[in-house]
Amino acid sequence: MAKMSFENHIMKQFDEELEEIRTRLMEMGGKVEQQLQNAVKAVTDADSKLAEEVISEDQSIDSMEVDIDEACILIIARRQPAASDLRLVMMVTKAVNDLERIGDEAKKIANHAIILAEQSGSAEGYTEVRHMGASVTRMLANALDAFARFDVDAAMRTLEEDKQIDLEYKTALRELVTYMMEDPRSISRVINVLWVIRSLERIGDHAKNLCEQIVFVVKGKDIRHQ
Amino acid sequence: MSPADTAKPAKAASKAASKSAPKKVAKAKSAVPKVKKTEPKAKKAVAKTRKAVAPQFKAGQSLDIDDHQITVGKSFSDNAKMTMRNIDVYYGDKQAIHNVSIDIAKNEVMAMIGPSGCGKSTFLRTLNRMNDTVEGCRVEGDICMDGENLYAPKLDVVELRARVGMVFQKPNPFPKSIYENVAYGPKIHGLADSRVDLDEIVENSLRKASLWEEVKERLHQPGTGLSGGQQQRLCIARAIAVSPEVILMDEPCSALDPIATAKIEELIEELSENFTIAIVTHSMQQAARVSHRTAYFHLGKLIEVNPTEQVFTMPEHQLTEAYITGRFG
Repeated sequence: MAKMSFENHIMKQFDEELEEIRTRLMEMGGKVEQQLQNAVKAVTDADSKLAEEVISEDQSIDSMEVDIDEACILIIARRQPAASDLRLVMMVTKAVNDLERIGDEAKKIANHAIILAEQSGSAEGYTEVRHMGASVTRMLANALDAFARFDVDAAMRTLEEDKQIDLEYKTALRELVTYMMEDPRSISRVINVLWVIRSLERIGDHAKNLCEQIVFVVKGKDIRHQ
Repeated sequence: MSPADTAKPAKAASKAASKSAPKKVAKAKSAVPKVKKTEPKAKKAVAKTRKAVAPQFKAGQSLDIDDHQITVGKSFSDNAKMTMRNIDVYYGDKQAIHNVSIDIAKNEVMAMIGPSGCGKSTFLRTLNRMNDTVEGCRVEGDICMDGENLYAPKLDVVELRARVGMVFQKPNPFPKSIYENVAYGPKIHGLADSRVDLDEIVENSLRKASLWEEVKERLHQPGTGLSGGQQQRLCIARAIAVSPEVILMDEPCSALDPIATAKIEELIEELSENFTIAIVTHSMQQAARVSHRTAYFHLGKLIEVNPTEQVFTMPEHQLTEAYITGRFG
């Protein structure tokens, strides 16, 4: 028997549907990434307008989530996917959820950006925000790259980045607490910065989930909670 | 892909910013002696975009059936009812089954799946010597039930077929009454001493086949007057009336509608409490629903045997994966 091509389903339409949810997930990932970058920028540049944009754009992410979920349900109902196809569909439904949550966190950051822009005061904590923002954006980008290529090694590497982000979070927390003790007048402002940092840390966790799901798709191994 | 592409420059930028110095040095280093290697690497990355699901399979597996030597997965059982070792089956000169070894455990539902002509039905039929009736058919290897060789010359084939019952693709009731259909086996095997005994066997068998409630009022009407699904359940009742140890089912639902199919599947689940069942099916979903272990056949070779939940989520062999995900051309 001649070698068969491993990618192709007998039903071409099934191929297309799987490709479609993959593409749409990447699309959503790109959008979420953009939202995150803009949200962080809105904080550090005190750009309320940009923050407003992020907030209003969140809706499009929500509707992407709903659409992709619907497409996945339809695939399950129509095609009864098995093995790697099944894992891909399950992964996409979960990944979409994580991406949507990242979008929510970006929106929260944008909300705080507006409050921070209204309050005048020192730029204490902005270095941390910028720094963590960069780490988290990078991690999310790496996770999405790993998904685009189904690259388990890249996913495993990216997964480790979350530890670094957690560490940065703790360090920033400690610093800002110290600052608040030294200057109690700054408390209400710094707390807003803390919320931003907290959101960034959560985004790191969601990006980690994405990486775990990539491993699940390719290896069929569930590495959560290990 | 265009939206994903638009997202890429941003990624690339952030990457370049972050990973900057150390990685570049490393790259430059490796680039000097391995100039030739850079090209295939780039190609690999492209190929990975869609094919990357493949690496989960162990090395040495091939989609080319001619390369296939050993069955992967868990073919054997500690609690075997039937043991088959190195089975070859020939139809004349043509070899239909190549060196298949597998156990079927007690009270297990073993599903056999595979594309048309892969030998799953042939293999099933060796289990109660149905192939004896096919001219030019030759079976080699050891097939034992509870350690007893089924192909021993002394063995009584009629008795064997009582112990290993069979249900076929199309319902084939005898052109007799419902009652007679079920009572026939016990009668010729002398399983009933009296009319009362026989009545009891018939009722029990029909109950086990969940047909009793539907036919108890018309036991003496012809079996052929029942609906397709009922006929098939009648055939199952007929098979279990002689208290077999093993029931072989050759696509028992392929001629039935979904409701009748669901009833048969429900029945298979119940029957597995008392019997060992081997079922050949073309419906992968059916195999996934009813069986405990699944064996995948391909062109006369046994490719993989594994617990059903594994076969349908993480098959071990890429041929199995290709088949159950519908990728065979």
